[in-house]
This record gives sequence, structure tokens and C-alpha cells, in this order.
Amino acid sequence: MNGPYTFVLKEGECLGLSGQSGVGKTQMLRAITDLIPHSGKILLDGVPSTSFPAPLWRSRVTMVPAESFWWYDIVGDHFSTEFDTEFLKEKLAAVGFDKDVLNWQISRLSTGEKQRLALIRGVCNTPSVLLLDEPCSSLDGYHTTLTESFIFQYLRHHNTSVLWVSHDPEQLQRVAARELCLEKTGLVEKTV
Amino acid sequence: MDVIALSAWDLGIAAALVCVLSLLSLFLSLGLEWKILIFSCRMTAQLLFIGIVLRFLFASGSLPIVLLMATVMLFAAGREVLARQNLRLKGITGYAIGTGAMFVSSFSVSLIALLVIIGVDPWYTPQYAIPLLGMLLGNTMTGVSLALDRLTDQFYKERGGVEQRLLLGQTWQEASSDIRKECMRTGMIPIINSMAAAGLVSLPGMMTGQILGGTPPMEAVKYQILIIFLIAAGTGFGVISAIWMSGHYLFDNRHRLCLERLSGSRIRKR
Repeated sequence: MNGPYTFVLKEGECLGLSGQSGVGKTQMLRAITDLIPHSGKILLDGVPSTSFPAPLWRSRVTMVPAESFWWYDIVGDHFSTEFDTEFLKEKLAAVGFDKDVLNWQISRLSTGEKQRLALIRGVCNTPSVLLLDEPCSSLDGYHTTLTESFIFQYLRHHNTSVLWVSHDPEQLQRVAARELCLEKTGLVEKTV
Repeated sequence: MDVIALSAWDLGIAAALVCVLSLLSLFLSLGLEWKILIFSCRMTAQLLFIGIVLRFLFASGSLPIVLLMATVMLFAAGREVLARQNLRLKGITGYAIGTGAMFVSSFSVSLIALLVIIGVDPWYTPQYAIPLLGMLLGNTMTGVSLALDRLTDQFYKERGGVEQRLLLGQTWQEASSDIRKECMRTGMIPIINSMAAAGLVSLPGMMTGQILGGTPPMEAVKYQILIIFLIAAGTGFGVISAIWMSGHYLFDNRHRLCLERLSGSRIRKR
């Protein structure tokens, strides 16, 4: 693994992250959400990740991977019943689903539908930080626009910080206030 | 009624049947002819050997020797559990989990049976202790190895789903609950099925043996019922503790899935 990398993500900020394939962007996100062992320190509002129980940390700093996984047959079973259903339906509608989607069979979903649903599933914990790994990689133009504006609205509304990994430089210019490029030697801030 | 002793000639006739089977395998090109012969010989040697050991054991009847025998049986079963897994839990822990689970369940259930239920005096009388432990270990071994094989396989195949659940803030217990439950069921199903078939489809081996040996059928049946209860309980406890321990082993204290703690031919070394 490369690194160490140092950067600050401000509250409510959307930070873009680019870099060549295989340089370790996904691994970095997995390390930040504490899914893989890592050295170095990750602070949330000044509190190190090690002082949180790991599951709590992951629901505060939530990663949405590029490939989504589903383990039950029905979409709705993957969403905890503790959450407000109105909140959920509103979010689902924002990325182009009607409210019936929770009863759909997982096997009938397209890759793009899964990706949008996984995003909604990720924000259900109302995390403080969202780590998005190519959130639009399987989406068509229409749904990319829809998803981008959803994330933008969501971030505004909940003051969530977003780290957005993408291979599309134009997309990062649209959504991110700042952009970092991950290289083997370190992080390079791109001047827009 | 005394049991009719078998002569070498009698066993020879039965062995001839196996030789015929081996020839058939050759004609049908099943590729099993050598396996049939080799494993027949191996089985004969193993059983003759155990016959000599048991004769010695029964004659001496001392506690240390019975315990030594029990330990050897336990470690052999532990080795067998490991050998039946496609993907293994790495290192000494992998061996310890299977062996430990069988130790906890088989030994405790055997002890209860000897001390409380049968009440034989002394409790370690080898005529009772060794066959009882053997039957329990044999069945627990099947259950534990089925469950563990399924567990490692499922965690390997479903790692994406398990990690996804961890990413959503689930604890390792929540993220693996479905897999662990399914594996516990896998381990227990054979004994439950054999309870359903006992007496209707199959006459259990132990009972058949006792009846052939001249025990009145009702006595043999009562012993068989006892044994099946013990086996069911022992297998269940063994499977549950094996799955519980391997769950702890496959996740670290930060609730991460540690698949590097598995080894097997399907996982390539990087």
C-alpha cells in the first residue's frame, strides 16, 4: 500500500478524488471507513476513529462501494425498518424510483438501479461523512444528472461531507469544490 | 445365546464380494478398483489393530490408559475435520477450533452418560466409555466438519455481501448471522434426518450389533435410543460451538472480515 496521505475534509464540503486505476483509491476509502487494517490517524471532529466502536464509526463515516451487494431477495429487506419510511421514500423518489421499489426482486434489478439503491441505503444512517466510490459508474446520462443533484441536495440539507472518487474529470468539476489527485508519492491538489 | 464366532474363511467370502466389485469397477472403467482394494485392506488393518488395542484396554481397565485412548481418538477426529475442509481456518487455531468443539461436546456428553445415566462403576470402565465416546466423536466429527466446510466456503463466496453489511454499520455478529445460522443447520440436519429414518428405513448399526450379539431386542432398542439422544445433543453442541469460535476467529476486534485467516487451494498467494 502507498502513502501516507494527509488531507482535511471540511464539514459540508464535497471533495473530489481522482487518480489512475490501481493506485489505491478504493483501498484508501476502505481504510478510512476502517474496513481494512491501516496505520495513521483518522479524526472525525477531532475524535480518532479508534475511540469509536467500529460499527458506529462506519455508520458515521459510510462508504458506498462501486459494486453493490445484496443478500436478501427483496429490495426492502436491505433497509432497516428503524428508519422513517417517509424519509426513505422521498430519497428514493429523488433518484428516480417510485415507492413500489422496496417490494422489487433483487434479481430483476439492473446494475444501475442497484447502484442508485445502494447510495440511498448508504445515506439511511445519515452519516457525517460519505465516501462515494464512483457513484455513477453504471448510470446513464439522465440518472447521472439525477444522482448528482440528489447528492448535492443531500449534502446541503444534512451538512454532510463527501469524498467523491471518480474517473470522470468533468463530473468532479461539476460536483466538487476541491479536487485531489492520488499518486503513489502523495496527494496532489488540483488547481481548478 | 452366545454369538457365533466368525472364522477367517467367513471373512474371506465377504472379502471376495469386494474383489468382485473391484473387477466390475475395472470393466466399467470407474477408476475405483485400486481404491476399493487399498481402502478395504486399510479398513481391515485398522479394525484388527483396534481389536487388539481394545482387548488390551478391557483387560487393563486403568484410567490413564482409557484417557490416553480418548485423547488419541479426539486428535484423530480433529485431523479428520481439517482434512474434510476445502478452505481451512489457518494455523493451529483451525485445528484447535474443530478439536475443541468436539472435546467440549463429545467429552461432556459422554461423561454425563457414564456418570449419571448408565451409572457404570467405575465410570471409566472401557467397555462402556470407549465405544460411547467413539460413537459420539464419529457423529460430532461429521457435523462439525460439514458445518465448518460450509462456513469457510460461504464467507469466501459471500465476502462482498458480508463486507457490505459491515460498511452499513452492522456488527460482525449481525453481518454474519445468516451465514452462521445456515451453517449450524447444515451441521445438524444429518442427525435430525437419521432420527426420522431410525427404525423405519435403517436399523442403526449399534442396535443391529447388539441384537446379533444376543441382547434382547428391547434392551438393544433402549440403548440405541439413548445413543441417538446423546449423539443429537453432542452434535448440536459441537456444531454450535465450532461456528461460534470460528466466527470470532474470522473477524478482528474492529469488526473486519479477515479472510487472510483462511487457506486453501482456491485462494492464490499474492
